[in-house]
Amino acid sequence: MVYLTRKAEFSASHYYHNPAFTPEENASLFGKCNNPNGHGHNYTLEVTVKGAVDPKSGFVVDLKQLKDIMNREVLDALDHRFLNKEVPEFFTQIPTTENIAIAIWQRLEPKLKAARLHRVRVYETPDLFVDFYGEA
Amino acid sequence: MKAHLTRRYMLSASHRLHSDEMSAEENRATYGKCNNPYGHGHNYMIEVTVSGPVDQQTGMVCNLVDLDSFVREQILDRYDHQNLNLLREFTKAVPTTENLCISIYQIVKRGFDKAHLEKVRIEETMLNSFEYAGEESLVGGR
Repeated sequence: MVYLTRKAEFSASHYYHNPAFTPEENASLFGKCNNPNGHGHNYTLEVTVKGAVDPKSGFVVDLKQLKDIMNREVLDALDHRFLNKEVPEFFTQIPTTENIAIAIWQRLEPKLKAARLHRVRVYETPDLFVDFYGEA
Repeated sequence: MKAHLTRRYMLSASHRLHSDEMSAEENRATYGKCNNPYGHGHNYMIEVTVSGPVDQQTGMVCNLVDLDSFVREQILDRYDHQNLNLLREFTKAVPTTENLCISIYQIVKRGFDKAHLEKVRIEETMLNSFEYAGEESLVGGR
């Protein structure tokens, strides 16, 4: 089993708000992230896939294909978007880094064929990142 | 849905690697420049990884405000800008980054109850890093 990681970057805005909470609860729980006009980050995405090395190609996965899938399924949808307003997953879920990692996993996992998805890592800043391994 | 969340912090501290169980020559041979009697320092990057189900109400594994305030009060206030050799946990154990990693892991494990601690990882320099995920106690030297 060999693991391969491909990085990508996207920039997006978001804010944290739960309509089930009062304005005071939202402000207290989410702090500055509750500003309804949003704020943004440069996110770094790391997608790690795993699989056996194909004896003919020497690849775990064709990087071009992986890159195309990441571009089509993730970056086209998230890059330079206001996540709360433009990405369907976040119409109902709060676009925390945790939920972004899960959404990216769910977008990629069914599209990968040769290699299996191992981990999605999303950096919101260099000092904060979330890993999702597909665990329920 | 279970996710892992990692937060990075920085602290600066000095230390000297020296074991009373070894002769002066053995200490120099083992620890090299790190045995300099006056000590030396590092900017340590501390990575704390916690895990748990993502709360449906908040979208979070745990509130970063809680993790940040715990680490600030229990870790950074304790270790930042200190001489590690003078701290209680290093009166008997050598303040290697291995042992610092274990000490920080134990403090977080004992005191932080908002999420499950997965591991503590420390970069001593850009070239050296150490990880501890539990199960062992302080080891090595006096």
